[in-house]
Amino acid sequence: MSGQTLTEKILSRASGKPVTQGDVIEASTDIVAFHDLTGYHVIEVMEKAGMVKVFDQGKIVVAFDHLAPPPDIRSAEIQGNIRKFVRDVKIPNFHDINVGILHELLVEKYAQPGQVIVAADSHTTTSGALGAFAQGMGASDIAAAAITGKTWLVVPSSFKVTLEGKPAKWISGKDVALDLLGNFKAEYFNGKSIEVEVKDPSSFPMDYRATTSNMGIEMNADALMFIPDSETVRYVKQMRGYEPKLVTPDNDAKYEDSYTIELDKMEPLVAAPYSVDNVKTVSEVQGIPVDQVYIGSCTNGRISDFEVAAKIMKGKKVKSRCIAIPASYEMFKEALERGYINTLFEAGCIVTYGTCGPCLGGHFGVAGPGEVIVSTSSRNFRGRMGSNESKTYLSGPAVAAATALEGKISSPGDVM
Amino acid sequence: MIVEGQAMKFGDKIDTDIIIPARYLKYTDPKYLAEHAMEPLDPEFHKKASKGVILVAGKVFGMGSSREQAAVALKAAGVKAIVAESFARIFYRNAINNGLPVIAVPDVTKEINEGDVVAVNVETGEVKVNGKVLKGKGITGMALEILNTGSLIDYLKRVSLKSTN
Repeated sequence: MSGQTLTEKILSRASGKPVTQGDVIEASTDIVAFHDLTGYHVIEVMEKAGMVKVFDQGKIVVAFDHLAPPPDIRSAEIQGNIRKFVRDVKIPNFHDINVGILHELLVEKYAQPGQVIVAADSHTTTSGALGAFAQGMGASDIAAAAITGKTWLVVPSSFKVTLEGKPAKWISGKDVALDLLGNFKAEYFNGKSIEVEVKDPSSFPMDYRATTSNMGIEMNADALMFIPDSETVRYVKQMRGYEPKLVTPDNDAKYEDSYTIELDKMEPLVAAPYSVDNVKTVSEVQGIPVDQVYIGSCTNGRISDFEVAAKIMKGKKVKSRCIAIPASYEMFKEALERGYINTLFEAGCIVTYGTCGPCLGGHFGVAGPGEVIVSTSSRNFRGRMGSNESKTYLSGPAVAAATALEGKISSPGDVM
Repeated sequence: MIVEGQAMKFGDKIDTDIIIPARYLKYTDPKYLAEHAMEPLDPEFHKKASKGVILVAGKVFGMGSSREQAAVALKAAGVKAIVAESFARIFYRNAINNGLPVIAVPDVTKEINEGDVVAVNVETGEVKVNGKVLKGKGITGMALEILNTGSLIDYLKRVSLKSTN
């Protein structure tokens, strides 16, 4: 038998037998999670099935983010119902509206290399940043996993991506995700698991990895995992105070195919409406007038995102509306202590934390008819951020910050 | 199981924000969701689909969000089955889990036109249209059991009854 990829290794452990691509397996789940907008639906399914119980309270994670803070009465009612469930079933890992976005909390506090994580939200792929096989699923599947601690999966093929060199100026995790989307398009990775090896681990830190993994779902990948390395150890030690056990692929693991990205040769990328794979260089779209910029979300709401935004905005004023939302309490606190929040505030941004609001056209900055948005979030589908007649361009934090200052799509090099 | 109906045709990458926009996700009532199915592309979709139709689409149908309401909305609007060149993984599961047959058939958008009468064999994946038989990926195993039971909820109930008996 040849060696195993990270995907095969994790799924073999979770199913109790060696797996190969195409196998339909029953895998044990290490973490099952949901948020407010899907959580009430998960609980409804449990009620309809007559099984309001969970396999292991300590392995369930619940966070309020999509409807935080509640924009209307129904949202408040949904959160109330979930709070009651959390009390009745005695879930310790519950995070109310003041803690953060679920996927960011999974990265900060819970996800471990080698785990199987399922959650009722497509961006569950984010936890792949730590080397967990993490998948989003619908409410019924998550209810079943929460009740039984198991889920069925089709073992995907494994595809290797190698990141070489140090990122060029203004390049971060978003540009790597958009490079993959632009080159392979949105359907290529359907049924595949992407494993990313970083040749120089410290050059591509956990924040960047979380962004790239987050957008694995936009590639329709089954998972997008970073092979755990010294950066994984550094991050977990810093955030949680302990060293994680690493799970890595075998040296002779066989991959379906591979692709290399030279980070030092990249330029900032943008996804134009209405598709995540409609990828262009920032120079191809620069100058387009913009009404609103959004810096935040489970894609790009981390400290390095606010570091680069603050660097660009320092001492300047925005020309377009700008909404800035660190993804969690921890990220907001860190940004506050480092002075980034003050810099963005003085530049004219409106700042809060821990809500998904604008990304899904929910609240806290819904796009109006005819408006053009530049957003660091993950989707630019028609109507995603509000009106069907609005347009969203996706970018990393550097392009977003430069764009806010100029009021038109701009390259960070132009304003610095 | 054979499912028959007229084709309603869509292109590649029909995403979940098209199928059911996020602002409707605070409820799970199928009738309410059906009224807003495919709204960004066609606000009249639910009226056209109400006679019972087969959706025909291109690549990665249902890509995007995990919202289970996407499958619920289409089924409640009158969609009896979806035949697409490929499906996004989460949507595919959500469809099965809500009793909506989904069949992947290569190049299907080249073979079926709007309004064609289409007959889909859910188990074998064979799709009959215009005197031709297209070969798709049938539904088998546990997925077929869930589909035949009606939904994952009913399947869970049945399994738990079995284990307590």
